[in-house]
Amino acid sequence: MTEAKKPKKEIKPVKNPMPAQDALVRAKNFSEVATGYTQETVIDEAKRCLQCRKEPCRQGCPVEVDIPAFIGLVAEGDFTGAISKIKEKNALPAVCGRVCPQEAQCEKYCTLGKKHDPVGIGRIERFCADWELATGVKVPEVAPPTGKRVAIVGSGPGGLTCAADLAKLGHKVVMFEALHVAGGVLMYGIPEFRLPKAVVQAEVENLRKIGVEIEVNSVVGKFTTVDALMEEQGFDAVYIGTGAGLPYFMNIPGENACGVYSANEFLTRTNLMKAYQFPDCDTPIKLGKKVAVLGGGNVAMDSARTALRLGAEESYIVYRRSHEELPARKEEAEHAEEEGVKFAFLTSPTEIVQNEDGWVTGMKCLKYELGEPDASGRRRPVAIEGSEFLMDIDTVVVAIGQGPNPLVPRTTKGLELTKRGNIVADEKAATSKPGVYAGGDVVTGAATVILAMGAGRTAANSIHEYLSSK
Amino acid sequence: MYKILEKQVFSPIIKELVVEAPKVAKSCKSGQFIILRIHEEGERIPLTIADYDREKGTITIVFQEVGKTTTQLGQMEVGDYIKDFVGPLGEPSHIEKFDGTVVVVGGGVGIAPVHPIARDLKEAGNNVIGIIGSRSGDLLFWEDKMRDACSELQVTTDDGSYVRKGFVTDVLKEIIEAKGKENIPLVLAIGPQPMMRAVCNLTKEYGVKTVVSLNATMVDGTGMCGCCRVSIAGATKFVCVDGPEFDGHDVDWFELSRRGGIFRDKEQKAMEHHVCKCGSGCGGAK
Repeated sequence: MTEAKKPKKEIKPVKNPMPAQDALVRAKNFSEVATGYTQETVIDEAKRCLQCRKEPCRQGCPVEVDIPAFIGLVAEGDFTGAISKIKEKNALPAVCGRVCPQEAQCEKYCTLGKKHDPVGIGRIERFCADWELATGVKVPEVAPPTGKRVAIVGSGPGGLTCAADLAKLGHKVVMFEALHVAGGVLMYGIPEFRLPKAVVQAEVENLRKIGVEIEVNSVVGKFTTVDALMEEQGFDAVYIGTGAGLPYFMNIPGENACGVYSANEFLTRTNLMKAYQFPDCDTPIKLGKKVAVLGGGNVAMDSARTALRLGAEESYIVYRRSHEELPARKEEAEHAEEEGVKFAFLTSPTEIVQNEDGWVTGMKCLKYELGEPDASGRRRPVAIEGSEFLMDIDTVVVAIGQGPNPLVPRTTKGLELTKRGNIVADEKAATSKPGVYAGGDVVTGAATVILAMGAGRTAANSIHEYLSSK
Repeated sequence: MYKILEKQVFSPIIKELVVEAPKVAKSCKSGQFIILRIHEEGERIPLTIADYDREKGTITIVFQEVGKTTTQLGQMEVGDYIKDFVGPLGEPSHIEKFDGTVVVVGGGVGIAPVHPIARDLKEAGNNVIGIIGSRSGDLLFWEDKMRDACSELQVTTDDGSYVRKGFVTDVLKEIIEAKGKENIPLVLAIGPQPMMRAVCNLTKEYGVKTVVSLNATMVDGTGMCGCCRVSIAGATKFVCVDGPEFDGHDVDWFELSRRGGIFRDKEQKAMEHHVCKCGSGCGGAK
């Protein structure tokens, strides 16, 4: 027998599973689905990391977290060190650890993932963030004041990231938020059962601790404008991160019937206004027994799963392509399916049918088949002639996408826009207007939380450069 | 938090509050609205701006108690704080010097939002005839303020308990007949939906342009959800960003009224829950 020169590290091929509520139990409550790693599991998972020198995982992270470093600290049980390391680059780790599509980012490039499961980077990050929130948050050091003031319009993930970076560099940051709480889609869009609102608010509080001022109930474009912020209120630069909050409708007959919601309304009522606690909370929501959600993205999955929790007996995803083309994260579609959401693929509505009181009673649909690939590379759905049928439903949630809210773009002079109303910004997040930067969904159209955060980071770097040269 | 500085009780169900909200007061224009939320568990409700004082930084709202939130609001006193108060929202009224006589109609609690628009129209050089009406005389308010805001004011009550008996449409018809429809470039009407609908039916016969301010159910009030959508001349519009004012002859009133009733049973449940929780209408403070 030959002896190995070096004792080879034994690799555990499978990721430590994420403890979660049972699917059929959780489908009836709004508590968080995934309950998080324990100290033992997180250390075990961190030890799976090979600490490879090339650190390929880092290239997949839009905010460039030093992944091997923080995982190494976790493996040693140093959670304080680990969270500090994460927060050098990421202001919202409790959020990212939960909602990032890691399979398409950091974990996609993990060396271990070539042969086995990749390291559960998101799960470890989440543990560290939760651990800090539970044991007491250390306020990071802030550079001495520069005397420069930056206004951030919109307090979604991009704005929060941009604000955190600029505040740490010593700039005075004021965020303006239209709703009554900060967080944007993290508060009104992503459901409580995926991202508890207390977690989001805890991270927002961390920003206040480093001096970020947050003005809620402040609709820029109404009470003031971007131009007024710069010309009258003395802000040296502005970041626009107003997102994609304008709901698209199908434009089919019957869409204004009672019982038809945009996903934004459905989710805002439930998440932001806590309609699931009605009547202890005042905002009502009303749905029938059979809910159809139109669309196949994450917002559609969130809506369909929310409908079950609000008491729907049947909740359908109605999508005109097939399972393979679902734009939602695989994990989200799987969770929905486990909880009992049904999928009507290759189906698209042509009309919403209502009774004489104006309430939804059904939906006329066409069956589709997949044809040649279209410009997006996905196979184009083609309606099958004569395939019309009536779907027996009583509530419709339209989740086919969102456009940019026009309030800010329309009231800002000299801001170049695309045909769809998105703000044009270069790779450094600079717009056509000097001193004004933009990023996230208002530039790209509806995308992900972490991409918005990446854009906020880029903009913060550009703004710092701009202010330093001013 | 937004402090209540003044309170007036016009009737057991119609009340006025003056709220400290400098940002709103600085930039608002007549025709716009605010959204407020009383407390942490509260809902967001829209109310049209009835008056403002830019120097004092205050906004005046007048509301009728119709459900849980407005009832709780009516129980708040000077010195209390409203949790959230956001605005100005919506598009301002279109104000210009028209050729002829402009008629503004305020029905019930709608007298309040009509007031600043009447004042602006008069300040723009218009001859403004105001018509205000309510079910009975004890529900009428702001007669003096409206008299100041208009060139001429007519008052009517459904039951004849004050000034004259009749609907605002009766008075409007007389004015159109007396002045001639070609001399009335604009009628602006704000009030309960049946009243605005009746005004539109009347003016449509004469072909007189009529603008109404729609009261739709809202959540955010910034255009992000479409709860307040309404069909205007066959196209879907959001009342919160495209309105609240629209050409009354283009409004699908049937759809608007049906959509306004979506949560009626829930609203009732909220009210019952509120009453049973605190026993005697204590304000439901939690």
